[in-house]
Amino acid sequence: MTTAPAVSAARDTVAIRSQNLCRHYRMGETLIRAVDGVSLEVRAGEFVALLGSSGSGKSSVLNLIAGLDRPTSGSVVVQERDLAQLSREELAKYRLHVVGMVFQSFNLIPSMTLQENVELPLRFAEVDRSRRQTLARDALERVGLRARMEHRPSELSGGEQQRAALARALINRPQLLLADEPTGNLDSHTGTEILDMVREFNRELGMTVVMVTHERALAERYAERMIFLADGKLIDDRPNAAAALDLRAEGGES
Amino acid sequence: MKIPDLTELALRNLRESLLRNSLTTIGISVGVASLVAMLSLGTGLQQLFSRRLAKSGLFDTVLVSSRRELRGMGREEERKGPTPGESRILDEPARLEIERLPNVTEAYPDIRFVTELRYEDKPHLTMISALPQSAKSNDAFDGMQGTFFSSDNEAAVILQKSFAEELLGKTPPLGAAEPSVAELAKPLLGKELTMRYAQRQAAPATQTPLANEPAPSDGSVTSAAYSVVSREQKLRIVGISDLDPESMRGPTRAKVFLPLKLAESLHVMLPTDLREISRAASDQPVYSSISVRVKNPAQVEGVEDAIKKMGFTTFSILDASNSLRQVFRVLYAFLGIFGSLALTVASIGIVNTLVMAILERRREIGIMKAIGASDADVKKLFFAEAGAMGILGGIVGVVLGWAIGQIINLGINIYLKSQSVPPEHFWAVPLWLVVFSIIFAFLVSLVSGLYPASRAAKLDPVQALRYE
Ligand SMILES: Nc1ncnc2c1ncn2[C@@H]1O[C@H](COP(=O)(O)OP(=O)(O)OP(=O)(O)O)[C@@H](O)[C@H]1O
Ligand SMILES: [Mg+2]
Repeated sequence: MTTAPAVSAARDTVAIRSQNLCRHYRMGETLIRAVDGVSLEVRAGEFVALLGSSGSGKSSVLNLIAGLDRPTSGSVVVQERDLAQLSREELAKYRLHVVGMVFQSFNLIPSMTLQENVELPLRFAEVDRSRRQTLARDALERVGLRARMEHRPSELSGGEQQRAALARALINRPQLLLADEPTGNLDSHTGTEILDMVREFNRELGMTVVMVTHERALAERYAERMIFLADGKLIDDRPNAAAALDLRAEGGES
Repeated sequence: MKIPDLTELALRNLRESLLRNSLTTIGISVGVASLVAMLSLGTGLQQLFSRRLAKSGLFDTVLVSSRRELRGMGREEERKGPTPGESRILDEPARLEIERLPNVTEAYPDIRFVTELRYEDKPHLTMISALPQSAKSNDAFDGMQGTFFSSDNEAAVILQKSFAEELLGKTPPLGAAEPSVAELAKPLLGKELTMRYAQRQAAPATQTPLANEPAPSDGSVTSAAYSVVSREQKLRIVGISDLDPESMRGPTRAKVFLPLKLAESLHVMLPTDLREISRAASDQPVYSSISVRVKNPAQVEGVEDAIKKMGFTTFSILDASNSLRQVFRVLYAFLGIFGSLALTVASIGIVNTLVMAILERRREIGIMKAIGASDADVKKLFFAEAGAMGILGGIVGVVLGWAIGQIINLGINIYLKSQSVPPEHFWAVPLWLVVFSIIFAFLVSLVSGLYPASRAAKLDPVQALRYE
């Protein structure tokens, strides 16, 4: 990354604020409360882990923050934008420019080469072709896949695919990176590699990161704060002392 | 997304499920091909008929006859209008009046009579008609052997092909190959014919020379009486015409043509002379009909109306081609409906293919939305795919339709050749049809894409991404 890090910007400003956030699904007679009154705050530049058992509503919360889904009630405000007030069109713009997403299953488009996959958000953003190619190349370079850019996702390992997905998520320089179990399909070594990269972006670019994970160990290693969900409710929200130490240690190293 | 990106992505997606999309596209091409085939057959036939009519050379001609002259033009005669008593006589003043009408280039009397022509001492009875010098440009004389009259009073004749056959005794049996015009012309061009005719002379009969007899204009002639003298005139054959320049006249059409001035100077006894005898105050000629040439075919209708107002009956090829146009409009509609039907079936194929594509690419659509594609982007992408199939199918279809047409043309012409009939184009693919077909296929495919595209756009990304 050649540009100067914007870390300092405003560690104190609130990047994400949800208030009494609910997402209910009606299945015939029963009401499923996937998200049930979650209020949380994430500061700009923070690395937060969202933990909880399967079905606790982690992905649902993440999708609401990402603007992929709309809350049943309550509000999400991301960098002064009340997502509930945005039109579908505006939500798409928000996802395009403000949010970058990474998934457990990588979600690269199989018929496209890595370069084309990484370029895709730039197409939606109507960036010129020549500039698009340079940006895509640079992004792949950054995740160490420059040499593989003509390959299709199926020709790559899981770790490489997730790196490409990361490059795609970051291509429009989002302020917010939302990762839904980014290491869920990877072995622990590769997972660490990916999260190292995420942390690097978090620190260098001052990007706010919200990561959903099952693995307590990973959260403890990378997140500054851990938020626990159960049955759609926020049950615990605590800073991660270990990561704070780690951060200081690494800061000292470099 | 920008158009080039849309096109690129659409084409890439089409390539991804190549077989299915090819089949759909082929469906569209077959639809377009049948549309093109149907309409080009219609166009071809219409052009063929129009060509035939144009060659009759009478697109810019109006025939005028007195309403009394009921037999004048055979079956096309308009029989309504004032009773014979009220109608005007078609005489020289009437002709001059018609000639002065706007947009009329000339009005000349139709001198036509049946008389005897001798060739190598054999008599042939035939209808003779006079042509003005301006008829030279008539398309009917395009394929003529020999030359047109060099002057308006040359003692010359042009024969119609069928009369030439008669003179040579070569009338072919029905269905057999016709001899070519050149073949007929060789022994006839430059030869002489002798025409025997009845000359009308004002009484008292004087043997004035024929050619320069001035018409009595002092009005002093009190009697309408005249005598009839039998005369002969030698005529040189200068041309043999292939087509029948008088095809629209039906039963009264002539097979032998004289220069107009020559014909006038002969004062041939005409059938009308007898009938108009009580009305024509002098021996001023009374015409059975007059041909009026109009500056351009578009003005024919106006001129016809003006002449009708003067109290005459008119007939033009327009009347004939109007009904022909009507027939073709119906034919077009029919052929168009069948072609469109095929295209409609093809468009259902598009809907089907795209709906399948949505199901298949559910996840892909979800991904695109998750990384920032708007509803409009997704919609446009599906539209682009539909449109691309439409345009590709349209182009292939036009080529296919054209090829079918060429093959049929070829087949028919091989048959025509075996029948010694000159080749004809039954099949015409005009540029407008090419453009229209491709645009039509494009529009039809866009309409077909309407439902799948909006369905794809409405897809919930969370649901789409939820399951592997
Ligand atoms: N479309 C839906 N219709 C009905 N119920 C749903 C729907 N989407 C999610 N749910 C329910 O909401 C709850 C939360 O789901 P969510 O995917 O957020 O859980 P999660 O914490 O991400 O689980 P996992 O760790 O397994 O990914 C689950 O009980 C799920 O069954
Ligand atoms: Mg989940």
